[in-house]
Amino acid sequence: MHELSIVMGIVDLATKQALANGANMIEEIELEIGCLSGIEMDSFEFAWKQGIRNSMLEHAVRHLHRPAGKALCVDCDTEFPIQQLFDSCPNCNGHLLSIISGKELKVKSLVLP
Amino acid sequence: MCATCGCGPTDHHHSHDHGLSQGIEQNTGKKIVTVEQDILQENNLLAQRNRGFFEGRNILSLNLVSSPGSGKTTLLERTLTDLKGQLEFAVIEGDQQTANDADRIHATGTKVTQINTGKGCHLDAHMVLHAVQGMKLKPDSVLFIENVGNLVCPAMFDLGEAERVVVISVTEGDDKPLKYPDMFHSSTICIINKIDLLPYVNFKVDKAKEYARRINPNLEIIELSCTSGAGLETWYDWLKSKVLLPV
Ligand SMILES: Nc1nc2c(ncn2[C@@H]2O[C@H](COP(=O)(O)OP(=O)(O)O)[C@@H](O)[C@H]2O)c(=O)[nH]1
Ligand SMILES: [Mg+2]
Ligand SMILES: [Zn+2]
Ligand SMILES: [Zn+2]
Ligand SMILES: [Zn+2]
Repeated sequence: MHELSIVMGIVDLATKQALANGANMIEEIELEIGCLSGIEMDSFEFAWKQGIRNSMLEHAVRHLHRPAGKALCVDCDTEFPIQQLFDSCPNCNGHLLSIISGKELKVKSLVLP
Repeated sequence: MCATCGCGPTDHHHSHDHGLSQGIEQNTGKKIVTVEQDILQENNLLAQRNRGFFEGRNILSLNLVSSPGSGKTTLLERTLTDLKGQLEFAVIEGDQQTANDADRIHATGTKVTQINTGKGCHLDAHMVLHAVQGMKLKPDSVLFIENVGNLVCPAMFDLGEAERVVVISVTEGDDKPLKYPDMFHSSTICIINKIDLLPYVNFKVDKAKEYARRINPNLEIIELSCTSGAGLETWYDWLKSKVLLPV
């Protein structure tokens, strides 16, 4: 389950930032996990509970943004929403897409006491 | 966390701690820290470091991914044996528990290093970095990295490879690409293995190829059988075309 690795990555990143700011706990964390990022949300929730235990994030309030998938057709320049990586361009049926949103996997901000 | 050297996340670093943000004090007394960092950044930085190491020594690195049993180890056994003397090889075997695959590679006379991932279901760049440190890789060689058998997690973790090789076999469904789009999206070449079994299974090669190219129009696809040897020449030609031998 790579979701646990992802949660550990978040804990690690947030901990470093908090330490650099002289904090020993984190009150709030803002995350961005795109709909095409490959994260399964049920697994993520499960991993989150496990991963934050005894960390600075243990009691943090979590704000989660889920940017939707958006692609640009390389052939005809049409911009359109996508649910899956194999969706095709609604204008020309092309499959050569450049993903412009939905792949995000980010820690955006923290609130420290 | 470092599964290879057992270190915790904060005990040792291979990259500089750039990107630490200074928080802004609010009038509530709380501090807001704008981070805006990719969660995979640490892995991606180490992957780039591996990539630089490989490129600097002209080592062709390939990350082999598949479901368990698609034939990654068998393909390596065949390749290492058939191309012995033509190319210089080394192998990293990622395995959750056993050393069986590493033993099979060892039997071909090729240098092999085993990474036991334990519960971890994918290799990451950090593990590969440590594995490579102990390997004395030769310049102008080929490094195969057999990832843990799973088409989900390894898709997210760049190891620093030059090529990502996704292997499927005809005993799996021909809709495999649609079920694991991320892996097909991030791979550069797809091997359809076990074509000797095509008469006995309901696998439509054209359909599988069409699905794979829907996700990744640039994907190269080679059909072969490690058992009968059909198609292996095409794979060897591809491999040789990727090795930039010094003139
Ligand atoms: N019929 C047939 N069996 C194959 C072929 N390639 C591999 N196998 C068998 O598939 C099984 C799994 O292969 P292995 O290389 O261990 O798969 P891995 O888990 O991807 O490393 C073994 O029993 C192999 O002998 C092939 O081309 N045809
Ligand atoms: Mg294997
Ligand atoms: Zn997993
Ligand atoms: Zn189009
Ligand atoms: Zn390390």
